[in-house]
Amino acid sequence: MTRAIRAALVAVTATLLPAASPADTIKVGVVAPFSGPFAIYGKQYQEAVETYVAQHGTSAGEHEIEFIYKDVGGPNPDQSRALAQELLIRDQVDYLAGFTFTPNALAVGPLIEQSQTPTVIFNAATSSINKESEFYLRTSYTLWQVSAPLAEWAYDQGMRTVATTVTDYGPGIDAENAFKAAFEAKGGEVVDAIRMPLSTTDFTPFIQRVRDAAPDAVFTFLPGGPPTFTYTKTYNENGLAEAGIKFLGTAETEEVNLQGLGDAAIGLTTAYHYSGAHDSDENRAFQAKLTELFPDAIANWASVGAYDGTHLIYQMVAAAGTDGPGAVEAAKTLEWESPRGPVKMDPETRTLIQNVYIREVARDEATGQLVNRETGVIATVGDLGWDK
Amino acid sequence: MTLFLNILVDGVAYGMILFMISVGLSVTMGLMRVVNLAHGGFALLGGTFAHWFAAELGLPFWPALVLAVTLTVALSLPLERVIYRRIYGFTDLQQVLATIGLTFLMIASVNLWQGSSLLPVPLPEGLKATVDLGFRTLPAHRLMVIAAGLAVVLGLWWLLERTRFGIRLRAAVDNRGTASAHGINTDRIFMAAFGLGAGLAALGGVLGAEILPIDAYYPLRYMVLFLIVVAVGGMGSIAGSFLAAIGLGLLETAARYLAPDFATILFFALVMALLALRPNGLIVRAQ
Repeated sequence: MTRAIRAALVAVTATLLPAASPADTIKVGVVAPFSGPFAIYGKQYQEAVETYVAQHGTSAGEHEIEFIYKDVGGPNPDQSRALAQELLIRDQVDYLAGFTFTPNALAVGPLIEQSQTPTVIFNAATSSINKESEFYLRTSYTLWQVSAPLAEWAYDQGMRTVATTVTDYGPGIDAENAFKAAFEAKGGEVVDAIRMPLSTTDFTPFIQRVRDAAPDAVFTFLPGGPPTFTYTKTYNENGLAEAGIKFLGTAETEEVNLQGLGDAAIGLTTAYHYSGAHDSDENRAFQAKLTELFPDAIANWASVGAYDGTHLIYQMVAAAGTDGPGAVEAAKTLEWESPRGPVKMDPETRTLIQNVYIREVARDEATGQLVNRETGVIATVGDLGWDK
Repeated sequence: MTLFLNILVDGVAYGMILFMISVGLSVTMGLMRVVNLAHGGFALLGGTFAHWFAAELGLPFWPALVLAVTLTVALSLPLERVIYRRIYGFTDLQQVLATIGLTFLMIASVNLWQGSSLLPVPLPEGLKATVDLGFRTLPAHRLMVIAAGLAVVLGLWWLLERTRFGIRLRAAVDNRGTASAHGINTDRIFMAAFGLGAGLAALGGVLGAEILPIDAYYPLRYMVLFLIVVAVGGMGSIAGSFLAAIGLGLLETAARYLAPDFATILFFALVMALLALRPNGLIVRAQ
């Protein structure tokens, strides 16, 4: 009898205990733009995080995970730092995540160094960020990572002369340098390197200049949104495609704005680490869950960066809980199958080593939508800009 | 020579788009003396409606354009009646704050309705074609915009200088009390002029969407550009806005061809120099 009661008691306590004692909750602070012109990125991060949580539950190892979102508005390093401080001190978060813009990511470096907080960058793509602190980890890409392989691929395809047109700011200059270095190393020639003002709305003069120079291809880097739209239109309307000057880009045909570009986008060639049309079970499962939860959502670099970032956080929490240095150590050897393909954390640069795909915009026969069709995998590449 | 022709053609085409979008601002800000920073908001509304009619409801381009402009005007009239009528009496700073508040309202509404991605307006096949100029090709829609710009400048000149409406509007602006005393219904005149300004903004927004694409943040993105055209042109001067838009278009295009790295600095330096020489703009309306 007593034995039976004791057994019953043990059984009851065993089931009750985890619920009764306050669960060990690990908090993750996500700093991203949720208002203003870049609000869509914050929204996409949150949707991707929630998709991951819906697929994998709210606990990692023995810990519960909770996400706290903070709106940084836009490229605003001061605000980014203030929010990170608030998250670390008042909300007692153990991990930070998000960061769309390089200055916002850089601004929290001294903080995470002091508090030993692993910080997962969902986008900011300047190579040098991760040099600032051991606690930065990145699940997006760097401009060198996609631009240099594109240059080599272009040379291998028989293109010998290229004009570069990049927007005159940090990432644009990174992209120009990467492309130029890789293309010239192969033996190609950059015939004209144009840096376009950030405020440019009419690209005709630059495009016309390229046309007059008549290179084999034009490589471009633009900030997302409206410039992409006018640039690709101008590229077509001024007859560069007809003149045989191939379009080479990176994120210009990203999925959220792709339908807006219309037929003008068909045939544009880009090199990038993710395509919404990537043919794999992981990608299909990710997109199915994403659109089940958020019917209007479109998967692109922002969602996949956040999705893999969440995966990374779950793995770190499972391995090391609240121990920051331990979590970073555990992350350094991780590899997994992401919706973008196989990925691996580079222990030195703490940026993903991943495939870079050559994509060409095409109209999908089944859905009638424009997609970035993958026509080739270049290589599994790490952050090529690390020692530049 | 080809370079010169390129600059000329592209500069005029770009300048004409600037003119199309800014001329409505010249009407409301210059003629009616209201600092209307919500002007870009009406261009946004026009563009958004055109996108909705053409891309989502599947109407052809021209009916979509007409409906979009009509709908924007239809919205602007009650807005004038309820809100702007109060704003006319404000000081300059209050007008700036009130109209920028309206701009945020418009941005938020479009953001809620259509999201913050691009809102393209599909062009008909005829306008997508390229026209061969001999030394180079030019998209047909640019030629159409140039033609539309010329039509607008002539139409406005005729409307403001040669019709009863123009005379009454100028009278109402110069001295509202006296104009009323002469039996002019100044309320209705102001409402019509405001609707005209909003309609021109919508027209410019849709026709200019190939170069200044429509998205929810459109009004803030290009506000400075519109204000520069009006400031350089001289407030309330249609001819001034026209000259300023074409001049600035040519100037910026030339800078982009010849010294792309310095295009923005050059542009602003020249605008500042010009305003230092002629603080009231190229053409000052006789008071």
